[in-house]
Amino acid sequence: MVSLLDIIGPVMVGPSSSHTAGACRLGLLARNLVGGTPERALVELHGSFARTGEGHGTDKAIVGGLMGFRPDDERIRTALDIAEREGLAYSFDKAKLGEENEVHPNTVRITLERAERSHVMMGSSLGAGRVFVTEIDGFPVEVHGNHHTIVLVAEDVKGSVARIAGLLADDGINIATLRLTRKQKGGDAFMVIEVDDPPGEEVRDHLRAFPWVRWAHRLDKVSG
Amino acid sequence: MFTSLHAAIAAAEKESTSLSAVALALEAKDQGRPVAEIRDALRRALVVMRGAVEQGLVGDLKSASGLVGGDAAKVHQSVAGPFSGTPFASVIARALAVQEVNAAMGVIVAAPTAGGAGVLPAVLTGLAEAKQIDDERLIDALATAGLIGAVVAERASLSGAEGGCQAETGAAAGMAAGAATEMLGGTPRQVGHAVALAQQGTLGLVCDPLGGLVELPCVFRNATGAAIALAAVEMALAGVEFAIPADEVIDTMGEIGRSMDVRYRETAGGGLAATPTGRRLAKERLVSIKRSGA
Repeated sequence: MVSLLDIIGPVMVGPSSSHTAGACRLGLLARNLVGGTPERALVELHGSFARTGEGHGTDKAIVGGLMGFRPDDERIRTALDIAEREGLAYSFDKAKLGEENEVHPNTVRITLERAERSHVMMGSSLGAGRVFVTEIDGFPVEVHGNHHTIVLVAEDVKGSVARIAGLLADDGINIATLRLTRKQKGGDAFMVIEVDDPPGEEVRDHLRAFPWVRWAHRLDKVSG
Repeated sequence: MFTSLHAAIAAAEKESTSLSAVALALEAKDQGRPVAEIRDALRRALVVMRGAVEQGLVGDLKSASGLVGGDAAKVHQSVAGPFSGTPFASVIARALAVQEVNAAMGVIVAAPTAGGAGVLPAVLTGLAEAKQIDDERLIDALATAGLIGAVVAERASLSGAEGGCQAETGAAAGMAAGAATEMLGGTPRQVGHAVALAQQGTLGLVCDPLGGLVELPCVFRNATGAAIALAAVEMALAGVEFAIPADEVIDTMGEIGRSMDVRYRETAGGGLAATPTGRRLAKERLVSIKRSGA
C-alpha cells in the first residue's frame, strides 16, 4: 500500500532518493545488527550502486547511516571524514552479488564488526527512498524498514510462538504482524515479527536467552 | 490510498468535497493516525521545500561534478526574458533552485523522487505567492499531489530506472498540475484533466543523465517539467478537457516505461549521456570527483 507521505517525502540530503536516501537507510538498518556504530565496515556495492555511487554520495550516505545519521542529516556530506575521526574503519569494494535478473541493480552487502559481534546484511534500494533487506548472516529475510522488526530462527519446539509473544508482552512490545515459515516439520522456524514499539538490545538478548532460539536480530524502523 | 484517480474523483464528487479532503481522510484511515498528524507532516515538508527554494535562488551552490549550479539565480535576477518578473519565470527559477540544492547534497523533499523534486515546490510555492494562497491550502495541495503520485506509483512507476524520466519529472508535472488546479479553485474533475494534460506532454521522456548523476539534464528537466505543469493548469482551469482519462494516460506511461530500452532508464547508456560531449564531460567530471574525494 502506497502512503501519501511516501510520495511527499522523505526529507533528505540529495541528490538521489535511491542512491543517497535509500543507501543511508540501508546503513541505518545494518547498524542495528551490531548494536551501535561499528568499528569496522566492509561495504560491497553491486550494479548501479557500484557504477554511479560515488557521484551520488552513496558511500557517504551508507557510512553516515552506519553512524546513525538519518537521510535528512547534513552531516552525511562529510560522513567519511567524521567516520575517520570517530574510529569507524570502512572500506568499499565493487562486487557482483548475484545475476542481473535475480539481484536488484541497487544492492549492497555490508559486513560489520563491533566488539565481539560480527554480522552481514544484504539489501537493496528500490527507489523513492524505499529499501528492502534480503539477507542477514546468510538467512533470507524480508524487511522493509517501515516497522520495527524482529527476525529470528528457532528450533521447531511446541509453544515457541506463545513464549516469544509472552516475552515481548513482558518487555512492553506490541506485535503488529507475525510471519512464521518452516521448510519442513521439525525443521527450523523462521519468524519475522513487526512490532509497534522499538525493541531495545535487551529484547534481542532476552530472545537469544531461549535455548531453542538459534539466532535473533532487531531492526529499528527507518521510515513510516 | 486510491489506486485510480477515477475512484478518487467519484468519492470527492459524491461527498461534494475536494480531492485533498478525500485523500487526507483515506491516508488517516490507512495509517491509523489523525488527519492533523498527516497535515503536520506535510507542513514540515512545505518548510523544507521553501528552504530549498530560498537556498537555491542565492546561486552559490555547485554540484559534486561542478556541471550544474548558479542557473536558478540567473533566471531569478534576469530582466531579459519575455516572462521576466512574472509568476512563470518565478516558477522556472524555483524549479532550477531546488534541483541545484539537490545536486549539491542539500536538503530537499523527494516528491516524488529526488531527481524530480524541483517541479512540485516550484509550481505550488510560486503560484501560491503570486495568488496569495495561505499555507493551509498549500498543505491541501500537497495532499492532492501525494494522492496523484500514489496512483502513478500503483499503476505505473515513479522510478527513472524503471520508467524513464516520464516516471520522475513527468509524474512530478502531473502531481504539480493537479495540485495547483485544486489550489486555484478547480473542481476534482478539472484536477483529473490537469493530470492528463501534463502527463500526456511527458510521455516517452527518457532518463539519460550524464555519468548517471542527478545533475544534467535533470536540473533543466525539472524546469521544463514545471513549464508543462503550468500549461496544463492554464488549460484545465479554462475548462479544457482531455479525452483520454488521467488513469489511462498514467497506464500508458507505465506501458511505455516497461518497453523502454534499458539505455534510456538511468543507466547513462543512451540519450544525452551518450552524446560525444556527454561522454567527454562525464569522464572528465567523474575523474575530478574521485580526485577530490567528494
